Amino acid sequence: MEILGLLTDGIMTSLMPINILLILVGVTLGLFIGAMPGLGSVNGVAILLPITFLVPPGSAIIFLAAIYYGAMYGGAISSITLGIPGASTAVATTFDGRPLAMKGRASLALVTAALASFIGGTVSNVLFTVFAPLLAKVALIFGPPEIFALMLLAFATFVGLGGDDIPKTILSICLGLVFAAVGFDEISGAPRLVFFDIPGFLHGINFLVLAIGVYGIGEMIWTIESTRGEITTTEAKMTVKGIVNDSKEGMKRGWKGTAIGSFLGFFVGILPAAGATPGSLMSYGVTKLVAKRPEEFGKGHPGGVAAPEAANNSASTGAMLPMLTLGIPGSPTTAILLGGMVIWGLTPGPRLFTDQPDFVWGLIGSFYISNLFAVIVNLAFIPLFIWMLRMPFTVLAPLIFVLSVVGGYAATQDMHDVWLMLFFGFGAFFLRKLDYPLAPAVLAIVLGPIAEPTLRQSLLLSSGDATIFFTRPIAGPITIIAIILILLPLFKAIRDRSRKASEA
Amino acid sequence: MTKMTLTKRMFVKLAGATALAGMLAGPAAAWEPTKPVDFVIMAGAGGGADQIARFLQSVSEKKDLTRRPLVPNNKGGGSGAEALIALKGTSDPDHTILVTLNSFFTTPLRQENLGIDVQSFTPVAMMGVDPFVLWVHKDSGITTFDEWLAKVKEGGYVMGGTGKGQEDSLVITFLEQAYDLDIKYIPYKGGGAVAKDLAGQQIMASVNNPAEAKGFYQAGDVVPLVAFSDERLSAYPDVPTIKELGQDFSYYNQRAVVGAPGMSDEAAAYYQDLFKTIYDTEEWQAYMESESLSPLWMNPDEQKAYWTTQVERHKELLASMGE
Repeated sequence: MEILGLLTDGIMTSLMPINILLILVGVTLGLFIGAMPGLGSVNGVAILLPITFLVPPGSAIIFLAAIYYGAMYGGAISSITLGIPGASTAVATTFDGRPLAMKGRASLALVTAALASFIGGTVSNVLFTVFAPLLAKVALIFGPPEIFALMLLAFATFVGLGGDDIPKTILSICLGLVFAAVGFDEISGAPRLVFFDIPGFLHGINFLVLAIGVYGIGEMIWTIESTRGEITTTEAKMTVKGIVNDSKEGMKRGWKGTAIGSFLGFFVGILPAAGATPGSLMSYGVTKLVAKRPEEFGKGHPGGVAAPEAANNSASTGAMLPMLTLGIPGSPTTAILLGGMVIWGLTPGPRLFTDQPDFVWGLIGSFYISNLFAVIVNLAFIPLFIWMLRMPFTVLAPLIFVLSVVGGYAATQDMHDVWLMLFFGFGAFFLRKLDYPLAPAVLAIVLGPIAEPTLRQSLLLSSGDATIFFTRPIAGPITIIAIILILLPLFKAIRDRSRKASEA
Repeated sequence: MTKMTLTKRMFVKLAGATALAGMLAGPAAAWEPTKPVDFVIMAGAGGGADQIARFLQSVSEKKDLTRRPLVPNNKGGGSGAEALIALKGTSDPDHTILVTLNSFFTTPLRQENLGIDVQSFTPVAMMGVDPFVLWVHKDSGITTFDEWLAKVKEGGYVMGGTGKGQEDSLVITFLEQAYDLDIKYIPYKGGGAVAKDLAGQQIMASVNNPAEAKGFYQAGDVVPLVAFSDERLSAYPDVPTIKELGQDFSYYNQRAVVGAPGMSDEAAAYYQDLFKTIYDTEEWQAYMESESLSPLWMNPDEQKAYWTTQVERHKELLASMGE
């Protein structure tokens, strides 16, 4: 009950006029920052952190939370309308959001994204409020073997999907893993896979460079080739009735994805190693896996938009937990917030909840309010984003190209990565012509850097004995489920063959 | 564009509403940064070095000490090799500074092929030195160093750290050699991750800086056994030093800021001035006190001399490790 009282105080504080103003400005700024490729919530919070020293700490936190939330919503916008992931967390949103836009259903995708984000945000706020201290303990139970098992499960959801060609999926994952291994080896410290001794490879391959290359450049070339530029991306007129209908359809077809994303996203978010990007990719995979017709995913299914969007919002609240209770940021953005907290005189750690309850619950209270404002602001701007899409493709294509180059450069501020991004773009185009799925490669470059060190740490712990992944109480079941998922297509193939044989 | 004007108006209002006290008080030096300063950190997010870098940046922002912001940039790859290479190859040495730890000395020694000459860097400031402490989980029941030694001698003992050749591994290797121990060492991404996995009992003990383990210590999850400092730490008055236990050994992590090789004298003077100002702030002094850092201010010449002695010391330590 004490928590509820503190939370109500937090919400009331957020509702003070100056704070409401800060929230409105914050979510709007965040929305645009998130929508700009290469400018994620990390940059937004980093740029605006200094400004927060002008206002009292309470308001500063509220402002940052609003930007953080706005950016999570905004990431979906360029993923859907332009096909360029606006932020790393919105990569999975392009998988189905872009095809929907190409079919003239951009408004459906945008509305679904906004609503799923809102639900994901709300669910995670409630989970945080009720279970926060308990979940801090859960995060501690997850050692290297558990995290590796979870990564294995994520890969398994992508391999075990019906519809895609399995050998091609595995090859795509392997390509992603190789790219993920470029740069310094974290455990020995030695440089690896520095192709042609080009120094640009030393800092590794930022996965946004791959994602923007594949989805921004590769898709654009694909569209130009397949339509000869003769396309109008949307005819949709935006009306209130249209938005209501889109909301109904989006939630009807996307509720499963929203539910999965909300819970899975939160859970992955609280693990210190992970964060919102793996959370959204995993939710997409799981949603596709449990869907009745998984073959519709990747071609424009609202569930494929709802899952990652619910997950990235949910995970961004979840990522606050390891930051507040363990002092370990769950995402780059929380790392910056951590810096802010220290200067406000707050020590993150297990005692923060008992020592500074008014801060913690004030923060959570501002999450509830920011989330509400973010969905309203987002819905209000949708007609503007749709209008952008009505530009002729001859204007849109160069715009996508320019934004892709800017986004590729902004990620690491190295021209090397822009060339690499173009290379990936052309590579993706050819792989797509050969019918290779590319989402698994993107998944692998995100999860590879988490999976590899945890695999090696686990095997060091067990002196090279791989049974460590089966004998631990939490890692064991996860590993077994992952292996079953990977083998599922094999069972299916055997069943189909025997059925055919008996029919013949 | 409406967005822009809205924000601007907002800020003016904000400044007025909150009666902004701090005035623009940048030192009137001849040289000033003309663009955001790349504030590179030799470690990943969440560890001791990262915490300090973000604290320094926050102080600078709060007091409005720089015309252009310091932008933290984590480059922890390859035990800091990534950061050293970035500084060596920077196209703009006047706007590139680095927060270092002892991998500033060890990484160039361990990876000679990188071609890093420590002495080519520009000294800026020595902000203090961070001691190391041996920690165990409270559920182990171990409360003294002797009990710990007995436990380790039973065999199969697992510790975590930030990587072979890193600061904590040098201390662990010293313990192994001095007391004839055999410890299994699991490398992690940063000191924060090590402290977390000790609290979660994934590993049995760690050699962490007090700042990294403090949260878990206050919550009662971890217990300090021995400090590797010259004198007892004021925040842990009951924890003996390894010197009291008969070993002539102490080991600290440097918390220093250096400039890129080739930085102009004017820029170097500017940053030396800036970090001296930060060093003297109440905030930094209070931080050193609460996180058990020892003050060790040095002028640029002293810093260069310190680097020479530290490179020699680490050469010996690494050689004794068989690296």
